[in-house]
Amino acid sequence: MARRLPEVDVVLVGFGWTASIIAQELTEQGLQVLALERGAFRDTVPDFSPAHIQDELRYAVRHQIFEAPVRESLTFRNSRDQTALPMRHLGSFLPAAGVGGAGVHWNGQCWRFLPQDFVIRTHTEERYGKAFVPEGMNLQDWGVTYDDLEPHYDQFEYLCGVSGQAGNIGGTVQPGGNPFEGPRRRGYPLPPLKRSASTVLFDKAARAAGFDPFPCPAANTSEPYRNPLGVQMGQCTYCGYCEWFGCGNYSKASPQTTVLPVLLRKDNFAYRTHCNVTRVLTDSSGTRATGVTYVDIEGNEFEQPAGMVVLCAFAQHNVHLLLLSKIGQPYDPVSGEGVVGRNYAYQITSSVDVFQKEILNPFMGAGALGQGIDNFNGDNFDHGPLGFIGGGYIALWNTGGRPILQHYLPEGTPKWGAGWKKGMHENYLTACSIATHGSVMSYRDHYLDLDPTWTDAYGNPMLRLTFDFKPNEHAMSKYLTAQARKIAEAMNPTSIKVNQRDGHYSIVPYQTTHNTGGAIMGTDPKTSFVNPYLQSWDIPNLWVMGSTVFPQNAGYNPTGTVGALTYWAAAAMKRYLANPGPLVTA
Amino acid sequence: MNLPGAFQRMMLTAALGAAGCGLVAAQSLPGTSPARLSAGPYTDIQRGLYLVRAGDCRSCHTAPNGQPFAGGRAVPTPFGTIYSTNITPDAETGIGQWTDADFLRAMHHGIDREGRQLYPAFPYPWYTKVAPDDVAAIKAYLDTLEPVRSLPRDNELPWPLNMRTPVAAWDWLFLDTGVYQDNPQKSDAWNRGAYLVEGLGHCSACHGDKNLLGATDKDHPFGGGYAENVFAPSLTGGTRDGLGAWSEDDIVRFLKTGSNGRESAAGPMAEVVEMSTQYLTEADLRAIATYLKDLPGGASQSRGDDSRTALASDDSRMQHGAALYYDNCRACHMDGGTGQPQAFPPLKDSSSIQAEHADTLIDVILNGARKPVTDGDFTGLQMPGFAARLDDGEIADLVTYVRNGWGNSAGAVSSDTVAQLRSDTRHGGGDVR
Repeated sequence: MARRLPEVDVVLVGFGWTASIIAQELTEQGLQVLALERGAFRDTVPDFSPAHIQDELRYAVRHQIFEAPVRESLTFRNSRDQTALPMRHLGSFLPAAGVGGAGVHWNGQCWRFLPQDFVIRTHTEERYGKAFVPEGMNLQDWGVTYDDLEPHYDQFEYLCGVSGQAGNIGGTVQPGGNPFEGPRRRGYPLPPLKRSASTVLFDKAARAAGFDPFPCPAANTSEPYRNPLGVQMGQCTYCGYCEWFGCGNYSKASPQTTVLPVLLRKDNFAYRTHCNVTRVLTDSSGTRATGVTYVDIEGNEFEQPAGMVVLCAFAQHNVHLLLLSKIGQPYDPVSGEGVVGRNYAYQITSSVDVFQKEILNPFMGAGALGQGIDNFNGDNFDHGPLGFIGGGYIALWNTGGRPILQHYLPEGTPKWGAGWKKGMHENYLTACSIATHGSVMSYRDHYLDLDPTWTDAYGNPMLRLTFDFKPNEHAMSKYLTAQARKIAEAMNPTSIKVNQRDGHYSIVPYQTTHNTGGAIMGTDPKTSFVNPYLQSWDIPNLWVMGSTVFPQNAGYNPTGTVGALTYWAAAAMKRYLANPGPLVTA
Repeated sequence: MNLPGAFQRMMLTAALGAAGCGLVAAQSLPGTSPARLSAGPYTDIQRGLYLVRAGDCRSCHTAPNGQPFAGGRAVPTPFGTIYSTNITPDAETGIGQWTDADFLRAMHHGIDREGRQLYPAFPYPWYTKVAPDDVAAIKAYLDTLEPVRSLPRDNELPWPLNMRTPVAAWDWLFLDTGVYQDNPQKSDAWNRGAYLVEGLGHCSACHGDKNLLGATDKDHPFGGGYAENVFAPSLTGGTRDGLGAWSEDDIVRFLKTGSNGRESAAGPMAEVVEMSTQYLTEADLRAIATYLKDLPGGASQSRGDDSRTALASDDSRMQHGAALYYDNCRACHMDGGTGQPQAFPPLKDSSSIQAEHADTLIDVILNGARKPVTDGDFTGLQMPGFAARLDDGEIADLVTYVRNGWGNSAGAVSSDTVAQLRSDTRHGGGDVR
């Protein structure tokens, strides 16, 4: 029997990026806010101390700060005719457990989506006709526009101290920036990171190939920075230990380095760690959330009543919780009806490794130190003759030169022994790699539901993921890879190695932690779980944050858009608090 | 333990983190001394709270995780451990039965209600300068606290110090009683600053050198001294290890926020800023700055030597230290020891780095440090400890380099000194989990 605790105004499920922002915004309104986090508390010192964080084996290989599949996992299959099996090791994506969430171990690649991305269905049909959208693709507009989100992108970028070069300020294209980006109100808070040798090579080659390279936006501080909340960050040291590590130098934006110093001082904020939320509770009418049930690390069950419930867990975990709580209609891939579990999407990536003679010192890197092009993202190019929808950026990231996992070897290099050593010796300092970061559309038969067989540590059905790469994504990725190859060839290489993403999606090798959808936003309650303000259509005091709400995935890393949507939702919550009820009537 | 060092770490200095340069409210009534705190807009109780903060009473009178003001905090001294007393108004275990006169006698003469001598870990040699109506306001505030029943542990002092009578002799030798008297040659602000620095703030308890019996050296009251395992730097006008290069604004900002682009408070001073000085009014902080900036510099006042020359850069210790700096420190403190504006403090031209003794720097490298968390600067950036990463010889050479690089100049450090501090400090194990 769950022990019932005193009510709070707002309970947040999870304590990562979105929870930190919502907590900061709502505590300013005077509300009592509580965050429930399944992992541990973590802070820059001692947890990410530069005296020990540069330990690739511990963090990158042995997954020190990720979620543990023994406690949380999912089952996976490529298609409905297969039987899903549980993931017993992390692979394709790496969610976090612990305060700060994946905001601790991300690279800091902090993008805005393109204006067309938010109206992709309307835009595609207008430009290419209705027949251009393939059968079975659940292409959906977001219900929010780039212009709606622009002020909130700005908020998140200034919170994080993003380093970058604006490409479009108020409609005027800026030299050196991304000419394809939507108009922004002002430049980035910090100038771009210092370029590495490899990004300089890329820039030159991309220009030679006729493209428009720019420094990728980085939530790694190029200079010391104090954000609008008054939180101080130090300048990035280019140590090369961003992705899968916490930053020891207060240089990578994370909840710890941008929000928590303010939030944790507040009397009206509290958090509890090692608390796994297992249900969202509703009243008998099913139109009001009354709180959550959670289990602490000793297995004790608690009921936490709350006036508002905000789901801030990792993308698919929010969906799992909704399904377990029997909130909303579960998605049915046969009828296409239902909303919870609908429109799961991901990312399709490929790369071209470049071997050349110039010494690049790859170890001097930063998670979002890169030079990229957006010529083939979104609908920045004519898809008519190509026949696919979507695109992605192409970038040379110089995230670091860690010895175990960050090195590139030419085609035919032995996998071990003297030949491998020779290959490493000859190439470590001079090789680099160009990445493509492709969008993935949502499809009728890609979805999340409860597994009929497997249960988790709490005895609950596990979440089941059904997903594969479709011909549209393969065609798009192949096209992107060909463009990347052009740049690689312009870099005067001794050889290149093309890593095309072929065949079925495999959940085993790491790709990206950019899982999207499952409780998406939209303007129609029949095809979306939350309204354009991220408020549940059915339960006005239940909100869903994060990439869970993306109707499909764009050709960018999601965190910038997750941050902007969170601020957008927080602004809507303030209106809701003044006048509780649905902010939109369908 | 090196003996002079041991004796310098005397019981007064051990008034843990109590070096608050305390101050009082801004206005003064006609006819009263400008240095004294006037009632101004405050009621006595509010004024008392302000004064309690100015005196940093709570720091010493609160045990770790204990009830505020209920005492029990261990004050380690070279002579033994003294435990602070309960100053909540509990009748039996606190000061609930004390009259204002009892309280005044304790503050001015170091004698408790029962007539027993108090140990001068309680800074009555400074509080004796506090005006009686300010003392009454402090009592008025303490009387509003929730009474907490809590008897502190017995002091752990050897004979004969466990007898209180020797303290009377100590008082006879070293205690100058009497309320602060204005210096008519000086400005109102100067006098207010002096009143607060020499009175409630009891700054020289840590920042002054001590004699063998733990009394502050009256000839060098602000020349630098020991507090716990750190060396509280000189507050005099010395340009290397004093405040000679600081502006009044630098002092005000340091006391208000904990850092000022020149220095970041560490060790006991971080607690002083957090618990005490950040709450003082701008006018009072400026008065403190006025007074401190008027302290004379030079070797006669500051124990550091402005004219000393740095170790040669080809000294093997310097070369080893420079390499260690490059690998371990440079990422935040930057080439040239310049630090990062508002983030990580500079090491070049730092008075605490060039202090007579390097204990503060060694302690910070061993155990790490956190910038004070104040309303004015609340990020609380932390430096990790390097105890698990660097051995004694490495830390010695690193410290020697930092004290002599980039134009700095201060004495070299031996690995024995580091070894001693490593064994002294409480968290010598470093930060690796």
